[in-house]
Amino acid sequence: MTDKLHFSLVSPEKELFSGGVDSVTVPGSEGDFGVYPQHMPVMTTIRPGAISVMNDEVERRIYIRGGFADVTAEGLTILAEEAVELADIDPAKLAQDITDAKEDLSDAKGDDKKANAQEKLDYLQEISKAMSG
Amino acid sequence: MASLKEFRNRIDSVKSTQKITKAMQMVAAAKLRRAQEAVESARPYADRMNTVVANLSGSMADQPGAPQLLVGTGETKTHLVVVASADRGHCGGFNGAIARKAKLLISKLISEGKQVKILCVGGKAYEQVKRIYSKQMLDMISLREFKVINSGHAAVISSKILEMFEANEFDVCTLVYSQFKNVMSQVPTAQTLIPAMDALDSDVELTGLGGACYTYEPDEEEILQVLLPRNLTTQIFQALLENVAGEMGAKMTAMDNATRNAGEMIDKLTLQYNRKRQSMITTELIEIIAGAEAI
Repeated sequence: MTDKLHFSLVSPEKELFSGGVDSVTVPGSEGDFGVYPQHMPVMTTIRPGAISVMNDEVERRIYIRGGFADVTAEGLTILAEEAVELADIDPAKLAQDITDAKEDLSDAKGDDKKANAQEKLDYLQEISKAMSG
Repeated sequence: MASLKEFRNRIDSVKSTQKITKAMQMVAAAKLRRAQEAVESARPYADRMNTVVANLSGSMADQPGAPQLLVGTGETKTHLVVVASADRGHCGGFNGAIARKAKLLISKLISEGKQVKILCVGGKAYEQVKRIYSKQMLDMISLREFKVINSGHAAVISSKILEMFEANEFDVCTLVYSQFKNVMSQVPTAQTLIPAMDALDSDVELTGLGGACYTYEPDEEEILQVLLPRNLTTQIFQALLENVAGEMGAKMTAMDNATRNAGEMIDKLTLQYNRKRQSMITTELIEIIAGAEAI
């Protein structure tokens, strides 16, 4: 396949990726879907999970949370609230973080702090789920 | 006439002031670079968001079920003015310019018979606006303790605005902030946030819609439902970042001026000090000579 799909991943803070790729698998809110070059225009919300970017037989997995996928004639744009490259995450450290977060949660006093700790724990667990999945 | 010692003390104190302003200028310069990078790197997201909203609203605007965030409540009776300024001073006319713009807008709205509510982000404009419009002032959100502004802070502000909008506390929301043009010039700007229709750049190109059928998943309404609050956050975030960059730019210029002024003052004081010293020596000499002649 000579055609490449123009894919850009942007978070509020910065543009994380922009360039040509072979295909991207996106966890849409109504189910996962793959985007190849010449895809028809689609606009969808995203559920938290890992997108998988295929380029030259190499797969990159990026965890994203909250956002939109917009497929136009020009390519695919993902607007993500948060994005973390899964290859950058050390599984041992993640496990440690989860344990810490659990401790924080049990130590937290007051509803505000509890909600914060719970949110953090959920977030870490989502990442770990995305990694194993 | 001040004594020599007093002159020396004053020169020393101006010198140490100069050291401080110089250091502040350099800190502002370093922070400015970082803030500028933050503005630049946040731009793609904001641009894309704008395009997407423009695309969607184009197809949704005429329909009866269009969300209120997009088309407004149909009334313009109550206005919410969000004034975003810096939390710290020492940046020349930066905060004053924002406060002036806000006051102008508010007085115009009041003279038109509208009801005005004010929400401030950042302490400096809050103090100035509150002096005149303390009755209309709702609250102030301070970002003083955060070294780096991230989208989370913007989300806090936007969720507060949304909460009020859903409780029908206002019809139109305007954000006053300072647009960052370059280091020398920051332009205080008033931007309409709600209804989002009015805020859209008319020059945004409508891409990919040339008759092609767009598929929406779940559907347009639900996407807009999620998209519009996020768009609000993005716009506020962008404004906050521009504010930080503008603040640092203004601070750098102000501190540069202060350093230069201190330098001029030191030169002037040193000149006076030397004149005084010389005249004292001359007086002493005349006294000695006169004494010697008398003998």
